[in-house]
Amino acid sequence: MGDTLKRTPLYDLHRELGARLVPFAGYEMPVQYPTGILAEHAQTRTAAGLFDVSHMGQVRLTAKPGHDAAKAIEALVPGDITGLAPGQQRYTQLTNDAGGILDDLMITSTGDHLLMVFNAACKDADLAHVQKHLAATCEIEPMFSRGLLALQGPQASQVLARLAPQVATMKFMTGAFFVIDGARCYITRSGYTGGDGFEISTPNDATDAIARKLLAEPEVKPIGLGARDSLRLEAGLCLYGHDIDTTTTPIEAGLLWSIGKERRTQGGFPGAAVIQKQIAEGAPRKRVGLLPEGKAIAREGAEITVAGNVIGKVTSGGFAPTLGRAVAMGYVERSHSANGTKVDLVVRGKPVPAEIVPMPFVKNAYYRG
Amino acid sequence: MADTRYSQEHEWIRVEGDVGTIGITQYAQEQLGDVVFVDVPQAGRRVAKGEACAVVESVKAASDIYAPVTGEVTEANAALADAPGEVNADPMGKGWFFKIRLSDKGELSGLMDEAAYNAFVKTLG
Repeated sequence: MGDTLKRTPLYDLHRELGARLVPFAGYEMPVQYPTGILAEHAQTRTAAGLFDVSHMGQVRLTAKPGHDAAKAIEALVPGDITGLAPGQQRYTQLTNDAGGILDDLMITSTGDHLLMVFNAACKDADLAHVQKHLAATCEIEPMFSRGLLALQGPQASQVLARLAPQVATMKFMTGAFFVIDGARCYITRSGYTGGDGFEISTPNDATDAIARKLLAEPEVKPIGLGARDSLRLEAGLCLYGHDIDTTTTPIEAGLLWSIGKERRTQGGFPGAAVIQKQIAEGAPRKRVGLLPEGKAIAREGAEITVAGNVIGKVTSGGFAPTLGRAVAMGYVERSHSANGTKVDLVVRGKPVPAEIVPMPFVKNAYYRG
Repeated sequence: MADTRYSQEHEWIRVEGDVGTIGITQYAQEQLGDVVFVDVPQAGRRVAKGEACAVVESVKAASDIYAPVTGEVTEANAALADAPGEVNADPMGKGWFFKIRLSDKGELSGLMDEAAYNAFVKTLG
């Protein structure tokens, strides 16, 4: 390593709460608190959990006079951003010329600006990429020192409504400004657990106080990156660098839904030719859900075989606490990608029978009003 | 009297007669976090000292368990199939993994006693 690990505004709080801190994307981050991952996972599924995701990269994009920020960013992503009404949020990807994924991100329109949230490990490269292509048309402001809190779970709304009453009626994938404790925050109803919840962007120096305020509510407990991973896996959500990367296209990854209808035909984003061809003819491989028999856990890198022939690889796999069983996702050749297909997952040299199943593994619980 | 010895891989072995019961230490279970599955060896399997013969899966990762001595597996802890959490709750007791009939009790002298193991764990920070 050598380099000093960075810390989020909640570093002291994590220490105080007894977190086990590990290096993650250049930051010292809590992987779990003393109660452990299973308890934290259950807490988030049944009540509310607070995650520190301040390591993620928040960037504000503002059009220069005579330009349009949404139109500008559409040159780099396949999502329909010009169609975002103020207060609407969208999931999309930064693609490369081969149709591969440089990162996946959220973009929210505030009306005046676009707010983007990049993955921590990609944020410096993403920022350079956006600056390279958009500097002539947009002001690009990294806000990497801001805090980002995720409050997730079925009781997240009732908790956050005590601090900001209007959040209760917000719908999934919308955002708005709120003042909490005198600090101007931007809140979106979104998250990475498959459940209801919010992400709260906070001024750096207000982050600790707001986190403590939320943790003081009886429904809320702190949740680490370990449970964040098991929660998103149950929800069938991609983890960048594992389930998607520069070698996978959004079509292979099953993310066609995130590409705007007009953009599918009109293109105008990096790799459009590759992606449009895959939309028309089908991708050579597909990301699928996998349900192994028994208790063995097929993890990232496990081969997927049919009659002893390798047809793909597991990209994420683990124990799904809500289901009490192992689940996995991975890529298989398209001819073997139909739901119900029987395959084997090779775990420590032994084939474990598994079936290709639709995702999510655990039903989504987004609030759509 | 049962004599408990420890390996640098954080297994313990408690020997009564010529049969040793094997599990992982408190330190190991803390490092692993919540255990969700344990793959234990079948009775009758012969294992060599240092051989990977069991796997413990936590939410985060799979870890090999190494035989601290050479011998033949006489029994596996079947209760772990339904209650893998015993490895966290009671690692030195109900959370045992398997029993082994030792081929050479002399191998035990190469393992640590409790005081030496505790000192070893302290060096790990």
